[in-house]
Amino acid sequence: MTKILLMGNPNVGKSALFSRLTGVKAIVSNYPGTTINYTRGYMKLGGETAEVIDAPGTYTLEPTSEAEEIALKLLGSGDIVINVVNAINLERNLYLTLQLLERNIPVVVALNLWDDTKHRGVDIDLEKLRQLLGVPVIPTVAVTGQGVKELVENIPRATSLQRPPSTRDERWATIGSIIEQVQRIRHRHHTWREHLADASVKPVSGGLIALAILAGSFFVVRFIGEGLINYVLDPLFSNLWSPVLSWLSNLMGGTGFPHDIVIGKLINGEVDLVQSFGLLSSGLFVPFGMVLPYIISFYFVLGILEDTGYLPRLAVLMDTILHRLGLHGYAIIPNLLGLGCNVPAILATRILESKRERFIAATLISIAVPCAALQAMIFGLVGARGIGYVAIVYGTLFVVWVMLGFILNRTVKGFSPELLIEIPPYRLPPWRMVLQKLWFRTYGFLVEAIPIILGAILVINVLYILGVFDAIANFTAPVVTGLLGLPKEAVTALVIGFLRKDVALGMLAPLALTSGQLVIGSVVLAMLFPCIATFVVMFRELGWVNMLKAVGVMIVAALVTGGILNLIL
Amino acid sequence: MHGFGGRFKPQANLVTLAQLKDGQSGTVTEIQGGRRMINRLNALGIIPGKKITKTSAMLMRGPVTVEVDRVEVAIGFGMASRVVVKPD
Repeated sequence: MTKILLMGNPNVGKSALFSRLTGVKAIVSNYPGTTINYTRGYMKLGGETAEVIDAPGTYTLEPTSEAEEIALKLLGSGDIVINVVNAINLERNLYLTLQLLERNIPVVVALNLWDDTKHRGVDIDLEKLRQLLGVPVIPTVAVTGQGVKELVENIPRATSLQRPPSTRDERWATIGSIIEQVQRIRHRHHTWREHLADASVKPVSGGLIALAILAGSFFVVRFIGEGLINYVLDPLFSNLWSPVLSWLSNLMGGTGFPHDIVIGKLINGEVDLVQSFGLLSSGLFVPFGMVLPYIISFYFVLGILEDTGYLPRLAVLMDTILHRLGLHGYAIIPNLLGLGCNVPAILATRILESKRERFIAATLISIAVPCAALQAMIFGLVGARGIGYVAIVYGTLFVVWVMLGFILNRTVKGFSPELLIEIPPYRLPPWRMVLQKLWFRTYGFLVEAIPIILGAILVINVLYILGVFDAIANFTAPVVTGLLGLPKEAVTALVIGFLRKDVALGMLAPLALTSGQLVIGSVVLAMLFPCIATFVVMFRELGWVNMLKAVGVMIVAALVTGGILNLIL
Repeated sequence: MHGFGGRFKPQANLVTLAQLKDGQSGTVTEIQGGRRMINRLNALGIIPGKKITKTSAMLMRGPVTVEVDRVEVAIGFGMASRVVVKPD
């Protein structure tokens, strides 16, 4: 089967074009480095099926980060390259094009973001460009689909020139002469978006804008999340589902082994959606009634932030601070993704250049960045005791994040490079894409989380019945009770945290904890052991030696923090 | 971790990108760094001979933001201190 590679600089619309060509939904955002691994799809090409691969963005075939290395490896396995080029910035994009033309592989150029050229004052002589490059050049607008049909028609005309290899300086000289012949720039005035763009990377105005955006994001996430819970999911569960469960509970006799697994334990003679811990009670209410609303609201807001192009600007503002933590500003992106789910966040550390940065970032994320599922439960359970307690949980995790980063920066050997990123122009988020991405991520949560949540609840009930938890509780009592000040039964939650953190926090609900204990339990649960999915991805990304190091740091940090909180609260 | 232009010897009319004033334009004359750094900067269009305009700089040796070929690029302070510019 013909293998078509989409290659180009970061943030030129490769993933958007990929979705257009294959119908496979890829995550599209407005910042360099969205695609950190390749995505595969299929398209019809002249009656046959061809494989299409969306490669991570790269500026050059001399890789400087892991994402770029992946792109280079993919190149060796492809049959045709669609080189996606940013029409606004031919000068820089053509460098990769020239490198590709030196390879023995047919190339067709998609001149993307073509619609931007008019209002950005860029005139390109297409005929001349085709003539100078010697391969088909098709103007496209991947987001709307304009030019995509013509591009597909031209794939068979892709040409392999295999130009003689040249040096860096020779390539830049060639580009200079091409640009001279094909491109005219008209002068024009700054638009309001550009004024806003400038303001958001200046120290004072940028700081104020960042505060406003972060505070606004938090408010909107809570507003939508709470709204969905109070007006949609709570009424649905309590008015429709609870009566069904009560009826079923009566039918099953209100007690016994099957009843405990399916419905759970009765609390004060009634089924409690949070505390009963049966498959049909907590097993459905935790993921759908408590976590899902926040998954939707978080990813909705994150999607907008991603698509406007604000995140790279936040990276510039955060750079000085993150340098103290052994990272550079761009590490803010994986950390923010971690507030949704730690798994894609740790994958996203591939946008960082050095092994050292990746280790520090992955360790910080897995310890001190709570995922949306856990946060939803923190808001649900700790929030019920007062918003002040939620603030203590977040404040503690933030302090841990900063202090741990500071310590890791001092102790981890190696070198952290400096920030060097392209800042995309601000764009109004394409709503269809924002909603598509939201659906994509929400669906991902449902498919991945629900089986594990139900499995975890089954395991919990079986272990309870077998008395395994009692044995563990007695064994770990000195640490859990002595150091953390929690009842010894709380250890079951810490153990289950390995499967799912949201379910685990739910297990603290029936223990009648004081508010202080609930705060300690939440913080320790957030910090100690990542969930199994995060564990696997850390192992794959860091290797087992570094993963074990991270786990060591995790255990020490969690116990120290929990112990200190126990002394204070 | 930060190098701040220790290698730059002041010459008449030449400044580093870190020293250029906000809003000021100039022409890149030299990048004083290793091959890897030159490659990374080149990839983003920062090449000797290029017109460059400084948009802003963060406080406390934070990154410098510049515009080159209609694209905005943020450069760490250490690197910006090794890009020599002839102001207009």
